[in-house]
Amino acid sequence: MMITQDMIDKVRADFPLISDEFAYLDNSATSQKPQCVIDAVKRFYETMNANPLRGLYRISVEATDAYEDAREAVRKFIGAKSTEEIVFTRNATESLNLVAYSWALGNLKAGDEILVTIVEHHSNMLPWQMAAKQTGAKLNYLYPDKAGTITEETFRKALTPNTKLVCMTHLSNVLGRCYDLKTFAKIAHGQGALFVGDGAQSTPHMPVDVRDLDVDFYAFSGHKMLAPMGIGVLYGKRELLDKMDPFLRGGEMIDYVTTEGATWTELPHKFEAGTVNAGGAVGLHAAIDYYNKIGWEFIEQRELELTRYAMEKIREVPHITVLGSDKAEEHHGIITFKVDGVHPHDIAAMMDEDGVCVRAGHHCAQPLLKFLGVPNTTRCSLGFYNTEKEIDRFIESLSTLRTRMGYADR
Amino acid sequence: MQNTFYNEILTDHNLHPAHKHELPDANFQLEGVNPSCGDDIVLKLKVEDGKIVDGAYLGDGCAISQASADMMLDLVIGRTKEEAQRLSEIFLRMIKGHITEEEHEELEEAGALIDVSHMPSRVKCAVLGWHTMDEIFDDPEKAAAEAEAAKKE
Repeated sequence: MMITQDMIDKVRADFPLISDEFAYLDNSATSQKPQCVIDAVKRFYETMNANPLRGLYRISVEATDAYEDAREAVRKFIGAKSTEEIVFTRNATESLNLVAYSWALGNLKAGDEILVTIVEHHSNMLPWQMAAKQTGAKLNYLYPDKAGTITEETFRKALTPNTKLVCMTHLSNVLGRCYDLKTFAKIAHGQGALFVGDGAQSTPHMPVDVRDLDVDFYAFSGHKMLAPMGIGVLYGKRELLDKMDPFLRGGEMIDYVTTEGATWTELPHKFEAGTVNAGGAVGLHAAIDYYNKIGWEFIEQRELELTRYAMEKIREVPHITVLGSDKAEEHHGIITFKVDGVHPHDIAAMMDEDGVCVRAGHHCAQPLLKFLGVPNTTRCSLGFYNTEKEIDRFIESLSTLRTRMGYADR
Repeated sequence: MQNTFYNEILTDHNLHPAHKHELPDANFQLEGVNPSCGDDIVLKLKVEDGKIVDGAYLGDGCAISQASADMMLDLVIGRTKEEAQRLSEIFLRMIKGHITEEEHEELEEAGALIDVSHMPSRVKCAVLGWHTMDEIFDDPEKAAAEAEAAKKE
């Protein structure tokens, strides 16, 4: 499609915190929120705030409808079969923990094996370490090459006849690499293993169809995809969710309670104990509507243009090493780098002085950075509302860092 | 483009530290680490009759953590343990934003880090060396044992 300056300006105007004051290039940590999302949350609390699923009066019914409409919007957004397969959580981390506690602890035993990649965010690694420790299962790590590539062959070799569970990110938060979950899930299923996909970084940047991917579970966060913080999603195949025990126990997740015990209510409410984040769900619904309005064609094309531009410019700056692939197409807006002789925390602080927001540190992926041989890095992550001008501002700041730290480069 | 915080004093101590080296005759040694950001220093002191006659550090980390340790050693070498502890207390108060003009001057070049009081996320970096020194004096037996162990390596 032909993307005009007018289209870009209009999209930027939708985001109250996006302006020329500073360049927000930390989108993988959390995205900015469009006004329509903020308004939807406000409207929920102003016009229909009541505890969903409980009250037998008008506004509670409205709150319930708004909450369940959001679930239907999520179902459609990721192509799930039914809303019973959509569980609202706080975020991807909670979704992955839900699978670890409710599925893995009840279904794994000594002798079984779990496979995760070294690329994973801590939230798709620590729950499986816990599950392995508690069940006696063995946790295996799959190592990609240094550019982050995982081939079909590498994947097949990492599987064993005892692998019962594979947990893998759809898009790396450090390398920006997208992984072919459809192929890997098919191979895993062929060996009798279940497949958990971490969609925290993919859902904001590309269309996802869980039935096409044929993953068994898929986790993501609302706040990385324009929605408020505190609302996340777990997709799970119904036949699996049905057999699982609840994760948390409490209100509105039971049919019948006695002093001896309880029977669990139907899906998905079995997994949503306690008062839910209905305002957050309504915000997520508005975010999905916004994605549909802007369209994936615009988003994917614009993000690729920006990534290409940034990769090209960053290559011209001396003393910089970019992690991962050389190809812009394999970065999805995520450019993690190091600057010779300058610590990432100093980089982020100096960039802040120049009005550029970037992330510094280990990006919750310490094992990956150790594998790549870098203790600490800085990450610039782009969203479709960023501009070439903002990238120029980032590059300009980047080019001055070493001299500002006292190196006599020029 | 402004350059407020990363002044020449700070960058000079980071790039050309006077005290970043081995100190074979140190009788006190302790490691200080900020696990969340990876700053890591090993502080070595040679103390005789209650006086810091020499000091050095080794480590990795951001400019603030490394320069701060170097500035601290500039300030405390040649002073008594009590004076060093008093200066450390002033430095920590400076980082919290409660310090007089006279006290600021007493810190000499370490006073260049005063703006950290407006950067909460960098406080841990700035105080790492100072905390490590305080810990050496709080538990001298441990620090002496570590210095002994380092000599045998």
